[in-house]
Amino acid sequence: MVSARSIPVAPGSLSYTDLPWIVQHREDRCTLCGQCTAVCPKEAIYLAYRRQRMPKLDVLKKSRGNEYRTFVGIRQKTSMANACIGCSMCSMVCPNEAIMPVPNTNEHRTLFFNNQKGEPNKRGGRRNVTGPTLLDQIMFDRISMLTDPALDAGRHEFNVTTTLGRILDPAEYLKRQREGGWIPPTREIFPFIIGSMSFGALSPNMWLGLLQGVAYCNEVLGIPVVIGTGEGGCPPWVLKSPYLKYIILQIASGYFGWDEIIRAIPDMKCNPAAIEIKYGQGAKPGDGGLLMWYKVSKLIARLRGVPEGVDLPSPPVHQTLYSIEESVMKMIQTLSTAFDHKVPIYPKISASTSAKSVLNNLVRNPYAGGLLIDGIDGGTGAAYNVSMDATGHPIASCVRECYLDLIAQGKQNELPIFAAGGVGKNGNVAQNGMALVMLGASGVHIGKYIMQAAAGCLGNEKNRCNVCNVGICPKGITSQNPKLYRRLNPDLVAERVAEIYMSINTEIKKIMAPLGRSQSLPIGMSDALGIADKAAADRLHIKYVC
Amino acid sequence: MCRLALKTANTAFSPYEVLTAMEAMQEGYDGSGLGLLMRGLEFEDFKYNSKNPILSGIAHTEQAMSRLNSFMEERGFELKYDHEFETIPSLIEAKDRFRYFLRSYRMPDTLKAKSQTEIDEELMLTRLALRADGEEHGGDLTAFSFWPDVAIIKEVGWPLDIGNALTLSDNRIRSRVCMAQGRQNTNYGINLYACHPFIIQGVATMTNGENSAFVPIRDWLLGQHFPGYTGYQSDSEVFAHILHYTLTKLGLPLEAYKHVITPLSTKELDAHPQGEFLKGLRNTCRRLIIDGPNAVIGTLPDETCMLVMDQKKLRPATVGGRDGAWAIASEMCGVDALVPDRDPALDFQPMREHTIIVPPDRKELTIWSQHDPFLLPQAA
Repeated sequence: MVSARSIPVAPGSLSYTDLPWIVQHREDRCTLCGQCTAVCPKEAIYLAYRRQRMPKLDVLKKSRGNEYRTFVGIRQKTSMANACIGCSMCSMVCPNEAIMPVPNTNEHRTLFFNNQKGEPNKRGGRRNVTGPTLLDQIMFDRISMLTDPALDAGRHEFNVTTTLGRILDPAEYLKRQREGGWIPPTREIFPFIIGSMSFGALSPNMWLGLLQGVAYCNEVLGIPVVIGTGEGGCPPWVLKSPYLKYIILQIASGYFGWDEIIRAIPDMKCNPAAIEIKYGQGAKPGDGGLLMWYKVSKLIARLRGVPEGVDLPSPPVHQTLYSIEESVMKMIQTLSTAFDHKVPIYPKISASTSAKSVLNNLVRNPYAGGLLIDGIDGGTGAAYNVSMDATGHPIASCVRECYLDLIAQGKQNELPIFAAGGVGKNGNVAQNGMALVMLGASGVHIGKYIMQAAAGCLGNEKNRCNVCNVGICPKGITSQNPKLYRRLNPDLVAERVAEIYMSINTEIKKIMAPLGRSQSLPIGMSDALGIADKAAADRLHIKYVC
Repeated sequence: MCRLALKTANTAFSPYEVLTAMEAMQEGYDGSGLGLLMRGLEFEDFKYNSKNPILSGIAHTEQAMSRLNSFMEERGFELKYDHEFETIPSLIEAKDRFRYFLRSYRMPDTLKAKSQTEIDEELMLTRLALRADGEEHGGDLTAFSFWPDVAIIKEVGWPLDIGNALTLSDNRIRSRVCMAQGRQNTNYGINLYACHPFIIQGVATMTNGENSAFVPIRDWLLGQHFPGYTGYQSDSEVFAHILHYTLTKLGLPLEAYKHVITPLSTKELDAHPQGEFLKGLRNTCRRLIIDGPNAVIGTLPDETCMLVMDQKKLRPATVGGRDGAWAIASEMCGVDALVPDRDPALDFQPMREHTIIVPPDRKELTIWSQHDPFLLPQAA
């Protein structure tokens, strides 16, 4: 049958109500300045001339006719490529509050069309699940009131740092001290680490801001914050900086930037904080890193040693390695040797039911300096939507199980576990992090939270914005386009980083003080935790409270 | 908060003296338990060989007592002395006390031939086996200690009542060291095993205050899979085990205990002559950091006594005395009651960095500050 061409629809035709966000525009307020259309990262709106027919009937003259008026207005495009992402940049720049995107409360049909040209949906951000996370529901319920004098978070001395790196059994430590043996390197750091976001994933200005902020926290505030680089290599000026000691360099399956790093070792003024070997990440377990071609600018291409404008999908595994002995043991040992056994080396894996196997392998590897486990709520700059939403394992029970496994072996102090993935997802960063600490983590990594809190990232779990993958970040956080990233003032990012860490530092004390803890971070203090969910309480071996 | 009292003297004295001191501090406990440890024992009716282990505890039934007898016999321990307490049961709250036992045994010859470590192990395992036996039989047997020259009495009730109930004032038992705790029950049930002092292989401690870091410390000690690191009816038992671990397992001097349970901050260690070593020690013993407030009083097999304050210094303790007799107590009135003939102007209240050591010669106190260096075996 031949389709009726008189009705101009195709299977993929969409109207405003099919889109996730509908742009509301008030013509009576619009000055037609054009700023909204210029700023829209998706080119979802356009300025258009319209004609309106005004029917005219003059009864006395018995004549009929029309008058036409023309007007100018903002219109929303309905194609998939231009669907509004709700970033609200239009309202941010509008001088007259004439425009804003409104979430579509109806089911939006773009979900069925986000695979244009056979390409599944790829995006940035994290698992699109809203509402309180399990971590948000955990309460600190062991309060020292009268059995012990409660501590004063503002006046008592607190020690809130944690240790990164392999720690020896006390007897072995004393033996090596006597005999002059190798004592594995450790770092005393703040337990909230800025997680690995690469040069490439983040814009140069974002990176600069974060580095400035981290240096300020360490040098001025005395909060020993460290930051991970992710898999994008590291600019030479950073490698040769005296602040390299606050940076965790990451090596991942693409080995991007490691030529530069290895060559820079002789010129380094200090050792990096640690080396992170990435085997997996929570947002897209089983997948390698992904930097889409949009973001491979001249600068990034140079840093990573690749041509400009090509997709950079890292393999899911380290290609030269075929087994856990190879990939974990030898690689850790090699990197430890490269840095003269003076830098802690630890792997990062995605949370999974197999995390315990990796952990137990590390327990027997004397060079392993810890284990970072990244849960399903971890963020990413680019991944397939299906990986992000459906693949992975929540962080809480994975960390808890691993910690209990270490306890059974009496090794919980020797191999620190770090947790990541969803810490601060709903803003409760200190509470989430301390809950994980009391479940057994020695510290937590925060990435998405830092982007949101330090640079105003607009992404959320209702799929707002989340276009980090294509380099059109309207805030300039994840873009490599100078026109966009110049919007981000690194000094202001650094200021926010300092504010965030001052606040987390105080909140940690406000959590520890009522528990009667001040001398050491309450790692594994599970008796302080309660949750009003019996099944979760049983699984985590904490109290059920109601 | 519990009340603690310890007296150490060259001349053996009656434990009743310490109970009198407890009476002076009676505002600080609620009669939920008394623990009493005596070391350097003398008996009126028996010449005791201080190398022989003494078993102390309670048999709650006649069957338990007979099981105890046959168990010790099978294990090869020969009963040398069985102290008969003159008991006045009406003064004891609990009604299931068949017999308080305090007995000296001769070690089997096969054991004597073994190394000291093996002997120590066997004594500990014997105590644990008796404890397990009691637990298997509905708690009808409670074994507090089995160690040379140490006796322990624990009972629920007011300290002086318990002393009267066991007629401790009759001078039939005397000791050179006696430590006692009057318990203020807080978060754990009333349980004989929860009464301080706690002893493991001769190392004994008692504490006041709650141990807020108890669970992570307990988890770590259990992970050592050392048979003696068990129990934990009280959160304070870990203090004894950490001291035992520091001295016996790590072979560190007594001063190191302070660095293990309450390490100095990084800033303080940067200025410490042994800073680098101590930072490493702090890292490796991180799970043993107590997060008091606690004052820990301890005694060692050589009759050394010590007092350590926690980092917050939120618990009281005073030490005072003279050449030959010293007292450590939660309150000054306790010290007054124990050594009245001293110069009170020389009493000392340790601060957070202090460890007080009364050496076995009891001539003078050592007030050791954590900021001072200490001698390490085979210099680290």
